[in-house]
Amino acid sequence: MSDTLGTGTADGRTAQGTPGAGATSVPPAPPRAAARRRGRARMRLEIAVLSAPAVITFVAFVIFPVALAAYYGFYQWKGYGEPTDWVGLNNYKLILTDPAFHDVLWHNGLILVLSLVIQGPLAIGLALLLNQKIRGRSTIRVLIFVPYIISEIIVGTGWGLMLQSNGAVNDLLRGMGLGSLEADWIADPDLAIWTLMAIITWKYMGFAVILMLAGLQSIPDEIFEAAQIDGASYWQIQRRITLPLLGPTIRIWAFLSIIGSLQLFDLVYIIWGQYVSGTAGTSTMAIYMLAQGRNAGNYGYGSAVAVVMFVISLVVALIYQRFVLRRDLKGAVTEGTV
Amino acid sequence: MSVTTAASRTSSAEPKAPAGRHDRPQKWGSPVTYFVALLFVGVCVAPVLYIVLGGFRTNAQITTDPAALPRPWVAGNYLGVLKSTVFWGEFANSLIVAVASTVGIVALGLMVSFVIARYDFRLKGAMYSLFAAGLMFPMVIAITPLYLVIKDLGLVDNLLGVIIPQIAFGLPTTVIILVPFLRAIPNEIEEAAAIDGMSRLGFFFRMVVPLSLPGVVTVGILGFIGSWNNYLLPLYILNSQANYTLPLGVQVFSSQYSTDTAKVLAFTSLAMLPALIFFSVFEKRIVGGLTGAVKG
Repeated sequence: MSDTLGTGTADGRTAQGTPGAGATSVPPAPPRAAARRRGRARMRLEIAVLSAPAVITFVAFVIFPVALAAYYGFYQWKGYGEPTDWVGLNNYKLILTDPAFHDVLWHNGLILVLSLVIQGPLAIGLALLLNQKIRGRSTIRVLIFVPYIISEIIVGTGWGLMLQSNGAVNDLLRGMGLGSLEADWIADPDLAIWTLMAIITWKYMGFAVILMLAGLQSIPDEIFEAAQIDGASYWQIQRRITLPLLGPTIRIWAFLSIIGSLQLFDLVYIIWGQYVSGTAGTSTMAIYMLAQGRNAGNYGYGSAVAVVMFVISLVVALIYQRFVLRRDLKGAVTEGTV
Repeated sequence: MSVTTAASRTSSAEPKAPAGRHDRPQKWGSPVTYFVALLFVGVCVAPVLYIVLGGFRTNAQITTDPAALPRPWVAGNYLGVLKSTVFWGEFANSLIVAVASTVGIVALGLMVSFVIARYDFRLKGAMYSLFAAGLMFPMVIAITPLYLVIKDLGLVDNLLGVIIPQIAFGLPTTVIILVPFLRAIPNEIEEAAAIDGMSRLGFFFRMVVPLSLPGVVTVGILGFIGSWNNYLLPLYILNSQANYTLPLGVQVFSSQYSTDTAKVLAFTSLAMLPALIFFSVFEKRIVGGLTGAVKG
């Protein structure tokens, strides 16, 4: 991905002077200028016609709602008529001092860190392993991607049933003579967050491994061969060559994982629901937003929560890009922002 | 199994000549590799199998022995779901939404990517950044005000209220994947087309669309699966069961029939089937598309 963005801007600067080349190449001076003017007007029209639908849809349904949230966030508003009850920063004050919000923020942070710490090393290890020329490699790849393709609702419903106290997981443990490990995986506040982490790992691991595999395959074989000839051991090769060269992929993956962790909603909402997630200690900012906003009819407050989430994600993303992704992206995404 | 030098890269410290690594056809790697790979695959697939197989069991079987194979196999749950109008109604809604969103994402995305990739104008960089920045605006964050916008447009409980935002939110990825693709079309082709008297729009429809097909397919698949699996937006927008898409249907069904686990499992596995089939047909494209996105 890094390279995609990189070449994107690089090419943008080089690809110049092509438009209208066909038209300008023929006749002498005065008509040529006219033709060029006509050509340019036509080009403008084409640009407008081709880009307007996408730009309008995008601005109207992505950018505008976010801007609206910033506006509604200053009102106490039930969602009917025009917002009139201006409360200034009061919504934000309430959010930031609400212990329930502190809880969800803590959960999001925990999920973020645990996702990186659990999935990262596992994914790199598995990708190294699967990158060998083994039989059935393509089948393996398809199968490990399956959890990622299946929707959250199905993952949630399936795992929810398996993890019930009289469900398949406990039954399996009993069957293996590990009955003492039986637990209430979903409702027990000491366990719930780990259950959630296990499900998240299960669901997103395949994606991470496939990304890492793609990164590994972009490393030319010759480098490994050269290192082997120089007498490097397997572990030396992995540590000194593979990992550094896999760096850009790892950093992009980590970025996607961080953003995903901050916005986690579906899985928690489906398995734990609005109320149990609070007592089990798995609720996230997005759940808080839904519960305190739309479900409570407080659209002003819900919008303010959205703004807080957005600011947190943006700050984290910018910090990450500034200090970690800098080398990879060369300012492609943050262009004009940083 | 004889330990046949698992890809010489893995095997050892000896400075072995890497000769013929490419020549040798297929080799068996070390057993450890297979064991770990199998374990991983098993962990990934088992829960899915549990859902599918659970649909072939009876509730009595599930209660007495939650983690066993169907004995005997019963098709009744699946047949029951397949005969219900509710399932097919929701299936149709999901299909309409997914197809319309995919078509919209591809059409709008291709047009704007073409402009960004092959026209030269002042706002080009800004336009690209606008869409690239869109990756920072996931639906979760915009959902509350988005719901209000949809409400003002009178599209609540209307499939269009799901389709249009999905198109909008699908555009950033589409632009980021397609722009490099369209840039890679050699200028010579465009010049040749211009010399042959083809306008730029003619070039777009007759050359760009066919040439960018692989990228378009990747984008289309991502759009389709994303739409098929979307839960949050339908949850906010659709309120009457007649308009539900499958993810909402699964949720309602599983709370309605919470005592009929087998039926819930059958419904769930039928709901995931289309995405799985779609994925297995286009698997190379998806994994390849990711590879392309990383490699650039």
